[in-house]
Amino acid sequence: MNIVALFKLVPDLVEELEIDGNGTALNMDFLRLIINEFDDHAIEQAILLKERGGAQVSILGPDIEGVEDVLYTAASKGADRLIKLTGDFQGKANNHAMARAVTSALKELQPDLILTGVQANTDLDGSLGPLLAEYLDMPYVGYVSGVKVADGKVITRKEYPGGLVAEMEIKLPAVLGIQAAEQPPRYIAVAKVRQAMKTATIEVRTLAESDLSGGSTIRRMFKPEAGTRAEMIEGSAEEVTTRLLDIFKEIGVL
Amino acid sequence: MNQDIYVVIEHLRGQAADISYIMLGGARALAQKTGGEVVAVLLGHNVQSLVNNMSADKVLVVDHPALAEFTSDAYQKTLAGLIAEKEPRAVLFASSSIGADLSGVLSARLNLPLISSCQRFSADGRPISQICGGKIMVESDLPEVTTLLTMIPGGYKPEEGQSGKTPEIIKMDAPALDDLRVTLKQYIEAEAGDVDISKEPILVSVGRGIQTQDNLELAEELAKALGGVVSASRPVVDQGWMPTSRLVGKSGKTVKPKVYLTLGISGAPEHAEAIMGSEMIIAINTDPAAPIFDIARYGAVIDMFDLFEVLIAKVKETQGIR
Ligand SMILES: Cc1cc2nc3c(=O)[nH]c(=O)nc-3n(C[C@H](O)[C@H](O)[C@H](O)COP(=O)(O)OP(=O)(O)OC[C@H]3O[C@@H](n4cnc5c(N)ncnc54)[C@H](O)[C@@H]3O)c2cc1C
Repeated sequence: MNIVALFKLVPDLVEELEIDGNGTALNMDFLRLIINEFDDHAIEQAILLKERGGAQVSILGPDIEGVEDVLYTAASKGADRLIKLTGDFQGKANNHAMARAVTSALKELQPDLILTGVQANTDLDGSLGPLLAEYLDMPYVGYVSGVKVADGKVITRKEYPGGLVAEMEIKLPAVLGIQAAEQPPRYIAVAKVRQAMKTATIEVRTLAESDLSGGSTIRRMFKPEAGTRAEMIEGSAEEVTTRLLDIFKEIGVL
Repeated sequence: MNQDIYVVIEHLRGQAADISYIMLGGARALAQKTGGEVVAVLLGHNVQSLVNNMSADKVLVVDHPALAEFTSDAYQKTLAGLIAEKEPRAVLFASSSIGADLSGVLSARLNLPLISSCQRFSADGRPISQICGGKIMVESDLPEVTTLLTMIPGGYKPEEGQSGKTPEIIKMDAPALDDLRVTLKQYIEAEAGDVDISKEPILVSVGRGIQTQDNLELAEELAKALGGVVSASRPVVDQGWMPTSRLVGKSGKTVKPKVYLTLGISGAPEHAEAIMGSEMIIAINTDPAAPIFDIARYGAVIDMFDLFEVLIAKVKETQGIR
């Protein structure tokens, strides 16, 4: 069983986001990039499947700052192959371009199962998974929070609102959009990652030129209009408490 | 290509989702720009009655037993044929477990552009999307070919997509639906929790900012003193610190309490959409740029761990709890 998990690096939303001078893109100069949270779950799910039933797990990510960290971390979790994709990922790259560009690298790996995060916070032309699936002529199911492999098929838990789950059976090979792994991504100590750096090797694949068609043309990027912003309560914990108590009393909670 | 705006109606187990009406509202706004009609597209089996109160000029119904429950493969096949044949100006899908499975695959299959997370259309009909957890808005051009869009709530109200009169219904044939690669085995019902947060008037809701499971005790203590219960955002539930029955958001419950007090919740769209019906949202967050402050009535930029002790003590004092 060959499992491939694909990840993207996205802005850490804890940091302040700036829009560049043209007003059509994020200013990448000060951005801190981290692994897309749902891709982290996809990697965890791949490792869980390997631990449960045996598999070769390959991890693929674009060659931008932070990629090696993610790959070596995945290696310390148990990933077998680490692959860095070089190509044009800065600036305008979109998921259509990425999905098209990565298909040949993926075909070479002959995956039975491809796992990606269900979405990423910078997605503007849909998420990567369904596009990949179609370019590879594989079925796609997203919003997945549990995967079981059973001869030539997978049974997934697909999430609907309100906690309802649909058990879907999917023929392999297939692409799944992971919402959450069956358990939270495991913590890896820095020392273990350092060790992986010494022993694991990162392979490199160069991607075909990017074809952006299918994505959107951004006219304007802006921060949400402040019009409806909350009335801010300033001051110390005591001052905030006093005001909160007044509010609770006003609305009859206290 | 014609100028009509198609809306792929989302329904689950006999019920149309709110987002279907929201999309019809958005489609009407866009159709006024393009000069086309609003056309609802309904796939299913014996579901025609769902369209009775929908505000659409027409409804295309594809009825087939294999479409009775959503599966990506069968729905994709059906819609691929329909969109290729009709060539509407735009097709709206929900940004949801159903719509996201469809729109991406169809974009690649039909070679049509896709714009996701669209919340509303600008005055001149350009889609405006929300990205980066609600921190950034993006206005895109609407390409001059059939364009697929996924829609999120917040721009239009469900009432805007409802109407008193039943729209004209046009029946369409389903394509051959065999050799399907995806099948539904069964539904697994949500576990009933000890409390139903959708009915609770006072919710103290915690997010990733709570940091550890142990810290939840502080939230529990505050909620108890206020006579409310604790609910949570997805990361807290995914960690296994709270049961799914306490999850607020797109994949959890929609809540409408008298007061929704958030502690360490950023206000990502998937959380925000489920709390808009709250009578009052009060947000505590250390990040002044957190999107939760855009939807809260009151907010304070303060570390919750500085606030807990004083707040709990004062609430208890007021309530006469020792
Ligand atoms: C398909 C899909 C469905 C989803 N469904 C849901 C859903 O149902 N419900 C849901 O909640 N999410 C859902 N999500 C996830 C959603 O996208 C966000 O990732 C999630 O809501 C973020 O949760 P959060 O606000 O707790 O965490 P974060 O976004 O990480 O925010 C944590 C916040 O805590 C603040 N903070 C940190 N420390 C402190 C402190 N000491 N005091 C005060 N503030 C502090 C930070 O400033 C930050 O704003 C879904 C995602 C997808 C893709």
